[in-house]
Amino acid sequence: MAAVDHINTGLRRVPAWPIYVASLGYAAWMLWLGIQNRLGADPVKVLEHEMGQMALYLLVAGLAVTPLRKLAGVNLLKFRRALGLACFFFVVCHLLVWAVLDVQRIGEVWADIVKRPYITVGMAAFVLLIPLAVTSNNLSIRKMGAAAWGRLHQLVYPAAILGGVHYVMLVKGWQIRPLVFLAVIAGLIAWRFLVKRKKAASRVQTAA
Amino acid sequence: MAHRWKNTLRDKDVTDEAAFLNRRQLMAGAAAGVGLAGVGGMPARARDLEPTSYEDVTTYNNYYEFGTAKGDPVENAHMLTTRPWTVKIEGLVDRPGDYAFEDIMAKMTVEERIYRFRCVEAWSMVVPWNGFELADLLEMAGVQSGAKYVAFETALRPDEMPGVKYPVLDWPYVEGLRLDEAMHPLTIMATGIYGKDIPNQNGAPLRLVVPWKYGFKSIKSIVRITLTETEPPTSWNKANAREYGFYSNVNPEVSHPRWSQASERVIGSGLFARRQDTLMFNGYGDEVASLYEGMDLKANF
Repeated sequence: MAAVDHINTGLRRVPAWPIYVASLGYAAWMLWLGIQNRLGADPVKVLEHEMGQMALYLLVAGLAVTPLRKLAGVNLLKFRRALGLACFFFVVCHLLVWAVLDVQRIGEVWADIVKRPYITVGMAAFVLLIPLAVTSNNLSIRKMGAAAWGRLHQLVYPAAILGGVHYVMLVKGWQIRPLVFLAVIAGLIAWRFLVKRKKAASRVQTAA
Repeated sequence: MAHRWKNTLRDKDVTDEAAFLNRRQLMAGAAAGVGLAGVGGMPARARDLEPTSYEDVTTYNNYYEFGTAKGDPVENAHMLTTRPWTVKIEGLVDRPGDYAFEDIMAKMTVEERIYRFRCVEAWSMVVPWNGFELADLLEMAGVQSGAKYVAFETALRPDEMPGVKYPVLDWPYVEGLRLDEAMHPLTIMATGIYGKDIPNQNGAPLRLVVPWKYGFKSIKSIVRITLTETEPPTSWNKANAREYGFYSNVNPEVSHPRWSQASERVIGSGLFARRQDTLMFNGYGDEVASLYEGMDLKANF
């Protein structure tokens, strides 16, 4: 048995629920540190950025599932829903920290969404993720049919790009980290389109 | 202006932090009043300035030469060699040349100034600086009549500054002031905070502090000062002219394109603290508003 099969056999025994527990626990832990005044000089920003960053990590993790399976044979498919929902959870936390603890004034929250392009972009990503979070359950897949459900969930591509762009736009100057995030996200999505194109091309060839 | 008050004390002689804190209310009022005698009495608001903790002031820094995260400067700035240090003063001055830091300090009068410090990122601190008026330093070099602006340059040491590997900005960091802004008694060169030598991450061995402008105008670790006739280039303006103007006076009515400047998060006030309204000219309007009389501050942001 190849190493990959060993990994996949092992993974089958690992449940997905710890992802939910760890995500909730981590957010609660960070909030607790903030309340204890242990997040440094500017706890609001630390909490806000940490939640946003976790969302981006989980977004990348979710997007990496398919390439990992196709390229390395490692099957993490059973974790993908949990990764996606955890990502959405952190996006919601990020948004709440920003609106409630940072901006604080509801009128300005709305003004920021309309007036500040990086916030508009971030909000657009959030809105695109809502239908995905709502339909991340077996009932929705059954009701919609796998094909329609799959098409709907392709919304994660524009959402991920917008999330990465949001990060690049909000920092001052050209910083490395946000650009790396955006490049990784773009790479993971571009890979899918390249594979599709290749498949289409080979289909044309066999047909001929 | 120079040598109007002879001080034989140095930064190391200033009261230690604990004792300082006990009398900070008194000091806050007194220090803010120093040097303002000629521009009208003590500003009323200065009396309730509560200095931000030494720890926050020295661990939460924007000094991109040492990295873009707030904690990077305190981690990396120890690499910077600050002794010996010379400041080249040149351009439209009578006595251009390389001025050794010690020689400058021997001639300058170090005072304590407790100032509000407002970052363009919409956070603020109150910092007890030690320093001397920039006007005294410029007078030492002898400003010529044709000079209209002052240009400043930060040290650029790739071996000592890990952040300059990345083109976040066009290094070295440069800043500038109009001559009247530079000569204003509120404008100081800081060499200490909390009565101690200024830590590297805060801009050792000497940095500019212009309390009515956004923090990035207060350029750190200065190696060159040039008196010029024309407006000098400034780093953030070069990087993004739409977002950062030459003046960059604190102004709650002119939003940064990416965020409002109407209010600020007060560093050290905790997770659930209310935002504080930002004051025009960061609360120094009585002293500096006259510098900009007749100017459209929305156009000259």
